[in-house]
Amino acid sequence: MKERLQELKQEALVKVKEATTLKELQDVRVAYLGKKGPITEVLRGMGKLSKEERPVIGELANTVRQDIASALDEKKESIEAEALEKQLAEETIDVSLPGRPAPVGGPHLLTSIVEEIEDLFIGMGFEVREGPEVETDYYNFEALNLPKGHPARDMQDSFYITEDILMRTHTSPVQARTMNAIDGSKSVKMICPGKVYRRDTDDATHSHQFTQIEGLYVDENVRMSDLKGVLDRFAKQMFGEDREIRLRPSFFPFTEPSVEMDISCKVCHGEGCHVCKKTGWIEILGAGMVHPRVLEMAGYDSQKYSGFAFGMGPERIAMLKYGVDDIRHFYTNDIRFLKQYHKA
Amino acid sequence: MFVSLNWLKNYVDIDQLSPEALAERITKTGIEVDGLERFGQSLTNVVVGYVESCEKHPNADKLNLCQVNVGEETLQIVCGAPNIAQGQKVAVAKPGAVLPGNFKIKKAKLRGVESNGMICSLQELGIEEKFVPKEFANGIFVFPEDSEIGAGVTELLNLDDVIIELDITPNRSDAFSMLGVAYEVAAILDVPIRLPQNSVRTVEEKATDHVSVQVEAQENNPYYGAFIINDVQVGPSPLWLRNYLIAAGIRPINNVVDITNYVLLEYGQPLHAFDFDKFGSNQVVVRQAKEQEKMYTLDDQERTLSSEHLVITNGSTPQALAGVMGGADSEVSDQTTTILLEAAYFDPQIVRKAAKDFELRSESSNRFEKGVDPNRVRLAGERACQLLSQYANGTVLDGVAEFDQLDYQEKTVTIWTSIINARLGTDISNDEIGDILRKLNFDYEQDGETFTVFVPTRRQDITIFEDMLEEVARIYGYDNLPFTLPQGGAQAGGLTKNQQLKRHIKSFLEGAGLSETVTYSLTSKGRVNQLVSPEIQEELVSTVSLAMPMSEDHSTLRLSLLPEMLGTLSYNLARKQQNIAYYELGSVFISKEEEVTKQPEEKLRVSGALTGDWITHPWQQEKKQVDFFVVKGILESLFASLNIDVQFKQAKLDDMHPGRTAQLFINNRSIGFAGQVHPTLQKTYNLKETYVFDLDLDYVLEIHKNEPSFDKIPRYPSISRDIALVVDEEINAGAIQSTIQQVGGELVKSVQVFDVYQGKHLDAGKKSIAFNLLYQDPERTLKDEEVEASYQAIIDAVANEHQAELRG
Repeated sequence: MKERLQELKQEALVKVKEATTLKELQDVRVAYLGKKGPITEVLRGMGKLSKEERPVIGELANTVRQDIASALDEKKESIEAEALEKQLAEETIDVSLPGRPAPVGGPHLLTSIVEEIEDLFIGMGFEVREGPEVETDYYNFEALNLPKGHPARDMQDSFYITEDILMRTHTSPVQARTMNAIDGSKSVKMICPGKVYRRDTDDATHSHQFTQIEGLYVDENVRMSDLKGVLDRFAKQMFGEDREIRLRPSFFPFTEPSVEMDISCKVCHGEGCHVCKKTGWIEILGAGMVHPRVLEMAGYDSQKYSGFAFGMGPERIAMLKYGVDDIRHFYTNDIRFLKQYHKA
Repeated sequence: MFVSLNWLKNYVDIDQLSPEALAERITKTGIEVDGLERFGQSLTNVVVGYVESCEKHPNADKLNLCQVNVGEETLQIVCGAPNIAQGQKVAVAKPGAVLPGNFKIKKAKLRGVESNGMICSLQELGIEEKFVPKEFANGIFVFPEDSEIGAGVTELLNLDDVIIELDITPNRSDAFSMLGVAYEVAAILDVPIRLPQNSVRTVEEKATDHVSVQVEAQENNPYYGAFIINDVQVGPSPLWLRNYLIAAGIRPINNVVDITNYVLLEYGQPLHAFDFDKFGSNQVVVRQAKEQEKMYTLDDQERTLSSEHLVITNGSTPQALAGVMGGADSEVSDQTTTILLEAAYFDPQIVRKAAKDFELRSESSNRFEKGVDPNRVRLAGERACQLLSQYANGTVLDGVAEFDQLDYQEKTVTIWTSIINARLGTDISNDEIGDILRKLNFDYEQDGETFTVFVPTRRQDITIFEDMLEEVARIYGYDNLPFTLPQGGAQAGGLTKNQQLKRHIKSFLEGAGLSETVTYSLTSKGRVNQLVSPEIQEELVSTVSLAMPMSEDHSTLRLSLLPEMLGTLSYNLARKQQNIAYYELGSVFISKEEEVTKQPEEKLRVSGALTGDWITHPWQQEKKQVDFFVVKGILESLFASLNIDVQFKQAKLDDMHPGRTAQLFINNRSIGFAGQVHPTLQKTYNLKETYVFDLDLDYVLEIHKNEPSFDKIPRYPSISRDIALVVDEEINAGAIQSTIQQVGGELVKSVQVFDVYQGKHLDAGKKSIAFNLLYQDPERTLKDEEVEASYQAIIDAVANEHQAELRG
């Protein structure tokens, strides 16, 4: 009996070795370890054995079973591993081939600039306000200290719809509207981005429609040095910590004093070069202390309240920052232009 | 305004600074310097020569052979200028001279004759053509007879001058004069100012014996002065005067005109010289013009006037359009001997109106429009009389015939040191304030920190405290202001919910593959009615157009963002950019009135336009064009991200494909549309298949509930059932879906179409639609029987409502 078991074991191990597929292996398992297999048969004949022999043969039979089973498992694993290896080899791809592009869009450059400026001023405690693009003469001019016939109205020839309604020529009316809504009762700290319109023939530096961002801060004891400090923060965050600002006198009917803000040229840092037309400085925005008449028309006591305002053109800032050479690019919407600014 | 520094030196000492440094100081302190130009270049070896003889060149018809005395020698020079003549004094470039353009003068032989230099035109000396007096335009320049032989031309012709161009803001009308600029520079550099010495020698005869002045329009003309100058000899002005005019950008004409222009530049006061013999009467009457009254102006144009214009008349006919231009009738000519010189103050508005109506902006009207200095009006007239007597041989009659109701009073403005410091954030002392006022040449009285400033009338712009604040600040120097941050309580800045939501929508669409555009709000009348959404059409009464558009293309306010967006698609397609997916956020403008009298309503829209390939991956043969479902998918996901239910309903809209368009609804309210542009409209834009959407963003923002609520994550299993139905091809999947949802009730979590089929194995006119139903109850495990019952109920309902049969 012992011999028979050893024989069976040898036989089975040879067959396991010879098997090449999982099916063949399964056949071997059924043939040797199945209920009708030879080992089971051997065990059935154990009744005829002596008491002493029975446990010995029993143990041997179990060992043989286990040996065959583990040989089967081992072989199965190796066949599976081989199959997997083969499958993986077949699945190999050329990773240098181009991928399937995901549709990619992005913001318009002007929006990116506007949002960057919004976020910058939000960080300094400003709110963002909006107002109508079609304005009344009152808010666009009169409330900003530009009565009818004022020579400064010449500076911004306008698109009128009726005698009293026009396309706003600047975002400043939002100042007046915001202050009016509060009726001089508390402080205002806001910026206002938006579209504006002027009677200009479209060319490389003019556009009949463009963008402006207006800023306004009215409170008790607002100083001109605060304006200088805030604009300095803005310039450094927007253009780089190494840039300096300077203020020089200018004129706007709604501010007094009025100034223009320049930043030092990034190429020559104030020395003078071809980029800044040898002046060392580049004009960025107009600003000033809110004219007392503007405060009073909006209901503020100009003895108690003072404020500053500033206005800038995102197109100009984009042109300076990215070297865009023609303002019309912003409105032509050539996909090749737009895509250049979809990068972070 | 062009400022000649050589001219300016007559009034202030500026030699301490280079022209560049001076320009920088002027810019930083008061007035922006727009440009700095060397008028000419200093020339050596170019001198005044006397043409001793001038004979025909022996070998050339058009050349002359001249002997020219240049001081220490006499040079033989061949000259081709037509106006060369014996006895002239001319500009001679001697051998060794280098003319502008690096033109080197050498000894040469011209047609066999030796030529030792060149006789020059002004152009050859570097003066711009447009400033060259007409008589010398086509030849050499001839110096006045009294010019010194051998003298260098650089000084004589002012070639070493530097011209700075000032960009003068509307408030600083005082700087439209050399004296104004001189006061400004004196303040900046803290140097004294030298005013011109005015001493007219007059005869005893009185002007008032020859002319009377009567002003009817007194508000528009509070001062009119008429001077009379006899025995005038019209001729060229002295060289220095011509040089200054040229430097200031004005072409010299004759001594009379040049002198009025010179005084205009020096004092900022426009003057006008009439030929008194041609004036037609001995009375000046200033009045409003009559309706339809006609006159010829100096430029020989007939002008039709109205009562809104002011004219200077001789009692019957207009002789000048006040402040703008003289009349042709009494124009000064070479024969003029008697001059009536006008020095007047005209109201800025009336001059502005006339200059605008006749498009006659001039040096004169420009200054009147901004307001001239009352105290310089008569003074300027006297200055001109003095120069006319000196340089035009004039005999000035005594006094002036005048009408005078002008306000000469200087304004007083009070300032306080403490308030100035509070407004500027500075620590300026009383003494410094006093010093600044002294530099500005402003008189003042001081009482401690209180300064009462007597503002000179030349500074019409200063009327209130803040104006003086600016004066103090700019002379103190903006560079000297500290940098501070606002002291007020810390405000919490930020975006409103709606602003945040707009940013969300933009990011979403960008993430979905769309690029943002910014197009014009003003469109053409042809485009404005295209692709207008139904809810806009319903509210619209009239479109809003510009009163005076610059072009038809931008004449009307848009009712939809789409037409201009299609324009940009068209632009890109023409440049071989075929795959475009654009979106834009912007306002449309509708008026609810027949005749627009109020601001139109501005409605915020978000719109998109897509054309070409949506997905391309060539080597995997994957290519998908934009179609309706690409657009719908984007919008469905967008609304899902906003937690808003939106319905798409088949619709037929103008300009849209009748079978590929859906109108969108939220809570049964129309909020826009999506679909393919009608092929006919596509063609007018040269577009291929193009899909668009246009949504009412205001409403979306209005109904958006910002806070998503928490729904429990389901713990019980769901059961999935498929159902394939055969229906008539006209039946919409959406209709069947809503029936399923209705009948299925809360148990049916989702219904999704997973197959649509038409063709083989189906009768003609039929289609099959397969749905996947997901059953789930958040509180328990569903039983098969319940699902089965619901499933049967659904089959019955769709059979009933849509004649749908189960597909076998």
